[in-house]
Amino acid sequence: MLSYIVRRILAAIPVMVFVALFVFLLLRLSPGDPAAIIAGDTATPEQLEQIRERLGLNDPLLVQFADWGWRLLQGDFGESILSGTSVTSMIADRMEPTISLALTTIILSILIAVPLGVIAAWKHGTIVDRVVMAISVLGFSVPVFVIAYVLIQIFAINLKWLPVQGFTSIFDDPAAFAQRIALPTLTLTSLYIALIARITRTSMLETLGEDFVRTARAKGLAERRVLMKHALRNSAVPIVTVIGIGFALIISGVVVTESVFNLPGIGRLTVDAVLARDYPVIQGVILLASLLYVAINLMIDIAYVILDPRIRYA
Amino acid sequence: MTTAPDLPAAQTRGALMWKQARAMFFAGPVTSLATVVMILIVLMAVFAPLLAPHDPIRLNPAMRLKPPSDEFLLGTDAFGRDLFSRIIYGARISLAVGVGAAILSVLIGLAIGLVSGFFRGLDAVLMRIVDGLMAIPSILLAIAIVALSGATLGTVLLAIVIPEVPRVVRLVRSVVLSAREEPYVEAAISVGTPTWKILTRHLLPNTIPPLIVQGTYICAAAILTEAILSFLGAGINPETPTWGNIMAEGRVYFIINPGIILWPGLVLSLAILSVNLVGDSVRDALDPRMAKRGIDR
Repeated sequence: MLSYIVRRILAAIPVMVFVALFVFLLLRLSPGDPAAIIAGDTATPEQLEQIRERLGLNDPLLVQFADWGWRLLQGDFGESILSGTSVTSMIADRMEPTISLALTTIILSILIAVPLGVIAAWKHGTIVDRVVMAISVLGFSVPVFVIAYVLIQIFAINLKWLPVQGFTSIFDDPAAFAQRIALPTLTLTSLYIALIARITRTSMLETLGEDFVRTARAKGLAERRVLMKHALRNSAVPIVTVIGIGFALIISGVVVTESVFNLPGIGRLTVDAVLARDYPVIQGVILLASLLYVAINLMIDIAYVILDPRIRYA
Repeated sequence: MTTAPDLPAAQTRGALMWKQARAMFFAGPVTSLATVVMILIVLMAVFAPLLAPHDPIRLNPAMRLKPPSDEFLLGTDAFGRDLFSRIIYGARISLAVGVGAAILSVLIGLAIGLVSGFFRGLDAVLMRIVDGLMAIPSILLAIAIVALSGATLGTVLLAIVIPEVPRVVRLVRSVVLSAREEPYVEAAISVGTPTWKILTRHLLPNTIPPLIVQGTYICAAAILTEAILSFLGAGINPETPTWGNIMAEGRVYFIINPGIILWPGLVLSLAILSVNLVGDSVRDALDPRMAKRGIDR
């Protein structure tokens, strides 16, 4: 098992190197002078030269990449073209709202979606099942920002229950935090519920057809016990996988949701950076998000081997 | 002596195709409705100049932010442009991006996937690249590409296609890997059939049904991504009427006229929903087992 874990970690390294290489080449290969792209149309030749110098654009490509990669390893993501502050600290400053939103979303989604999926599979083919599936298809198809504005219209404008925008840290004022995070969380949850409920249902359906479930029923176990103890536990692997894969979904949701609700998180930072063409910031966010994605899926893979004795990798 | 049981008359090719089309597009009330909505949106895009009562681009400051009326069915936006007409024209961009992205991703992914599945040596390298690309959240990748190369219809399309290609490659590769073990492929190799012929004649046909399904889902996802990019201000220039652009402009005026966001939002949602539902139905008609094999949204 240990050797599997070590191999799995080693396998993640080339993936990250490729991500870095791709992000690196993206700027260099895009049509036009990278310095001009970064500086915008109004830059003077001196400014261009300054940027070239700062980014090391005058060096050979390989030297540039090695240099840049070495700094990345030390946690240095470069500096914002706009403000000159380090990208690492900019991202660190914006972490809290994003992490808060992601965590509340994941917790709420699992609490709602897993029971929904279990019930849908249990009542397979009935109206309950169809309603759950319909909700799930809707969640996939209605864009996050449309859901956001419908929720704003209902809860903030018509009912006046919740504020429309802004963020308060949970450490400063838990009540205000809850009020402000409620709508963004509901918005993002709608997307995530669709994914988790769907996979829970599929996975449960498969397990419910297994022999050991029939045996459990035959020996007269209570249905609740059969569902929770026998079926759900054995359906857990695909559900956990999809929660990990769904991280990418959360990222795209976060970018949009933060922008609608004016949350000062990473998503907002990215959008602002795009509008200002602040490429080092975009680059930093991409690298960090990809690293997180790889790390989360790596942890999930490792968790399987530890949790599920049936999975043995040669 | 017994007579052979009555066999149904041999079905003509046309009848068979019609039967299959019905199973794909009119399988039940929900699918039929989705198909109708999809056709309506296509018609809307094609006949936009005939259907739209007003010019979608010309500014008319005297008429800004008017409520719905007989002249302006859904009211006007902050520049006095007719919202209804802009939404109709918006179907054009969405459709072009959706269909364009689906076709491009499938063709590129198919070519790479066939090669990757067949040539073991290349496979190792290509799969590392695919793994790397798939680790980058697609919306961030799309945003970065648009931010770097400037937002035109072409670059937006490219920004949507690049993150989709690795998924198609994976799909095609998995089909090829299992098909190449089949006896007919081994037989073809053993009699010395040229490689290109094995690829195109024996392996390619296997990939078509799952690719049709995947293409439908890519179309829906592309419409969504285009709208997100436009909404964030990173899409096609704001003057062009796209559903995402209309909504982006409506943000500031949401309290005065929520319709500027909610109407295009509704049409956008219906478009994506109908494409997804038709995709599900096509998948079920082509091969019910596909859902289990992981060809899913």
